[in-house]
Amino acid sequence: MRIPALAVPLPALAVPLFVSLSLSLPAAADTWQHVLDDARGQTVYWHAWAGDTRVNDYLDWVKRQVRDEHGVELVHVKIDDTGAAVSRVLAERSAGNHDDGSVDLIWLNGENFAAMKANDLLYGPFAETLPNFALTFPEHNPEVVTDFTLPTEGYESPWGKAQITFYYDAEEFDEAPPRSMAEILAWAEANPGRFTYPRIPDFLGSTFLKQALIVLADDTKALYEPVAQSDFETVTAPLWDYLDALHPHLWRSGRQFAASGPEMRRLMADGELALAFTFNPAEPAAAVADFELPESTRSYVLEGGTLGNVHFVAIPFNSPRRSGAMVVANFLLSPEAQAHKQDISVWGDPTVLDVTRLDDETRALFAQERDNPALLAPEALAETLPEPHPSWMTALQDAWQSRYVGR
Amino acid sequence: MLRFAPPLIMALLVGPILAGLVMAVLPAFGYLPALGGHAFSLDPWRQLFGQPGLARSVGVSFASGLVTTALSLAVVLLFLAGVSGSRLDRWIRRMVAPLLSVPHAAAAFGLAFLIAPSGLLARLVSPELSGWERPPDVQIVQDPWGISLMAGLIIKEIPFLLLMCLAALPQLDPERRVAMARSLGYRPTTAWLKVVAPSLYPLIRLPVFAVIAYATSVVDVALILGPTLPPTLAVSILTWFNDPNLSQRFVASAGAVLQLGVTASALIAWWCLERLAARLGRRWLDRGERGRSERPLRLAGKGLILLATLTAFVGIAGLALNSVAGFWRFPDALPQGITAVHWLRALPTLSGPVASTVLIATAATLVALALTLAALENEQRTGRQPAQGRLLSALGLLYLPLIVPQIAFLFGLVVMMESLGIRPTHALVIFGHLLFVLPYVFLSLSESYRLFDARWSQLALSLGASRNGTFWRVRLPMLLAPMLTAAAVGLAVSIGQYLPTQLLGAGRVPTVTTEAVSLAAGGNRRVIGVWAMVQASLPLVGFIIAVGLPRLLWSNRRGMRGSP
Repeated sequence: MRIPALAVPLPALAVPLFVSLSLSLPAAADTWQHVLDDARGQTVYWHAWAGDTRVNDYLDWVKRQVRDEHGVELVHVKIDDTGAAVSRVLAERSAGNHDDGSVDLIWLNGENFAAMKANDLLYGPFAETLPNFALTFPEHNPEVVTDFTLPTEGYESPWGKAQITFYYDAEEFDEAPPRSMAEILAWAEANPGRFTYPRIPDFLGSTFLKQALIVLADDTKALYEPVAQSDFETVTAPLWDYLDALHPHLWRSGRQFAASGPEMRRLMADGELALAFTFNPAEPAAAVADFELPESTRSYVLEGGTLGNVHFVAIPFNSPRRSGAMVVANFLLSPEAQAHKQDISVWGDPTVLDVTRLDDETRALFAQERDNPALLAPEALAETLPEPHPSWMTALQDAWQSRYVGR
Repeated sequence: MLRFAPPLIMALLVGPILAGLVMAVLPAFGYLPALGGHAFSLDPWRQLFGQPGLARSVGVSFASGLVTTALSLAVVLLFLAGVSGSRLDRWIRRMVAPLLSVPHAAAAFGLAFLIAPSGLLARLVSPELSGWERPPDVQIVQDPWGISLMAGLIIKEIPFLLLMCLAALPQLDPERRVAMARSLGYRPTTAWLKVVAPSLYPLIRLPVFAVIAYATSVVDVALILGPTLPPTLAVSILTWFNDPNLSQRFVASAGAVLQLGVTASALIAWWCLERLAARLGRRWLDRGERGRSERPLRLAGKGLILLATLTAFVGIAGLALNSVAGFWRFPDALPQGITAVHWLRALPTLSGPVASTVLIATAATLVALALTLAALENEQRTGRQPAQGRLLSALGLLYLPLIVPQIAFLFGLVVMMESLGIRPTHALVIFGHLLFVLPYVFLSLSESYRLFDARWSQLALSLGASRNGTFWRVRLPMLLAPMLTAAAVGLAVSIGQYLPTQLLGAGRVPTVTTEAVSLAAGGNRRVIGVWAMVQASLPLVGFIIAVGLPRLLWSNRRGMRGSP
């Protein structure tokens, strides 16, 4: 039994509704002041993936800021899998706990959001009531109100951006690194055992499948509709042909895969891999600074662009401390917090604010150093492929597992 | 008052497990109203059996239970048979307690770093001996047959079984038995195996069952060392429970019931092996051989236990090195630089988890100790001795939390607690830990308590002390050393708990173990090194206190300082 078809009209790319709401200023300001007053003294439990010390350190900084500025006590509940938090909210609902949940804020996107929304596990709409939400200029940046083609409808607030970025050790390469899926296959054949991707259902591994599918499929339009509306076998046939050809030349001959993006980074550090990829464009440069990767590390994206998406924060339906959670979500969208997050020495996660539309003084906060050789040039991120419908992710994961697990 | 201790213990242990199991069985048959499952059906089972690689998951889980237990037990028995009181033997026995205190996850990380193709061993021999300029592309850790998983488990189960054997041995008076057999011409190792081992086994049977159950259903070690395509059954269940596609919860529940079945089958298979071994063993005893393979047996026992112990310690040392390593590229045997930056970065975030770990472990251990003492004192006063070795006896029920796989009942327990309106707090986590701490504390303490010479109490009573006075002023002080050891075991068990902390605390109660496991998701060896060191050193502090305090307090009474 799968989730019943996600019957949401698609894709509402321009969402003027939010803009009109957020611009009705006087009333909104009053309500927001009310939220701020209510939030003071609340303790907000934020369930967020904690697999990266840099992310954790940033959340620690956020914790200190919201305590000083808004009197909100933020607790980072460290989890290794966002699904666990979703599971938790579900367990509470199945026990009839509708107003005293233990989760106040979740860091999520894609299939976790789709699952929570489809099961009415989210509070909202709230995003448009956040004063800083307007700085994302959603009318010009549909990606901040669209999560894997699903309109967010204000049930989650954008927080950061991710884009597939490849990195390699320049000292190990005589020629240029492979810049397309076909070149990756040719390179892997020539250099067996030096490339892999995270094991499905890891989200980065699943993203690699989607990236390959978008490039290889004949009919990419089908990918932006629910999978039930197309012939899965036909659309994905080129992907399986590609993977069947690629796997024998992967690390461990494709019989074992890296567990996650960070594990790929470790395999790079150990010299097992020569080429890897990540979802955070600044991660390779950060790992060089952390003594993990050699200084000859370089980053790039594939020709024709790579998959990118936005990650969000959402509030469960039964959170008793919604005001506090909203204050935190609003703080996360402040230029101060976004600029600090984008700082390569902090985390390096790209901002969701529309920097080009901010005033000069605010824009100056986001100035990046340009001379870090391991860092990706910002213009490389211009070519972003949009995420397919979330149902494709689940279908691809299932198909991958029945093809490659247990043989 | 004391009368109520045994029933209270039983209710505390059995109640939550039964409740949790019921809440796992219902969704396994399609009943979970919150997700729209209102009618009973077999759909979850059909989906479960349609999962790719399920047969293999089950096979690895089943095999790792039997192989881990058989090998660990064989090594321990061979070692004990060959023990001669040499300095090496004493050293090995002294290493048992610290090794027991190392949490499973930390030991597994250590082993993984030791044997991986890019690990410490490969680095030591490269490139000079092996010619490897970069790590060889071979599958060692997370191999599909679960061999590295079993190795990781064996390293940790050997100290556990050894400690259980050492606790049970004094009852059997092994020296006199061996002396008797030797007077009949048997060589010492063969004599021990023929006259002590058959009587020892029934006494350690339940701990052996606990090892089987643990090895078939372990989660954290299997995540680190176990196969991945597919993973072991317990890991698959965890993945299904955490799947954002919420309908997978039905499959996960069916999986939890299947896990119960796999563990039960492994136990039944072991029981059959017991019969077989008993039959073959009897023939071997009756043949009356005096011992031809004496030397190889003794060397094997010593060599294998030494190998396991050293592997664990070198693995931990490798983690310690990682926690201070600068840039460290293969094939360098040592990092290019030593830096404190990983520790300095972790330090500000350490205090909270360390504090709540200590709080939870201390509270759970104190409660467990109080209940245990009450039950044991009650046993002494009523003069009732519980039967040993039978699963269905009162003592057997103590083992229930160790034999029913955690993953099979904890998720159900969370739903149950939620529906009772009990919110996740430190108290709930302490209660969850108590389920696992209590059995270990009871098992560690009961032998010393029952063997305590009754004449001390009689003497005190005859001098006019009350029963309670005797308990507080004679029995407790004299049993201080074993009590502290039991407490240290309890602390170590509590500190190592991952699933109960994470699930019952809703993740809000961070301990060093939950932090270590969630940081492990990042795969950064330096950070893992730091947290694994913290995780391993906390229980060690408990054991140091347990050994040191009696010596300090009774510095003028040699007989009360506990065994060396």
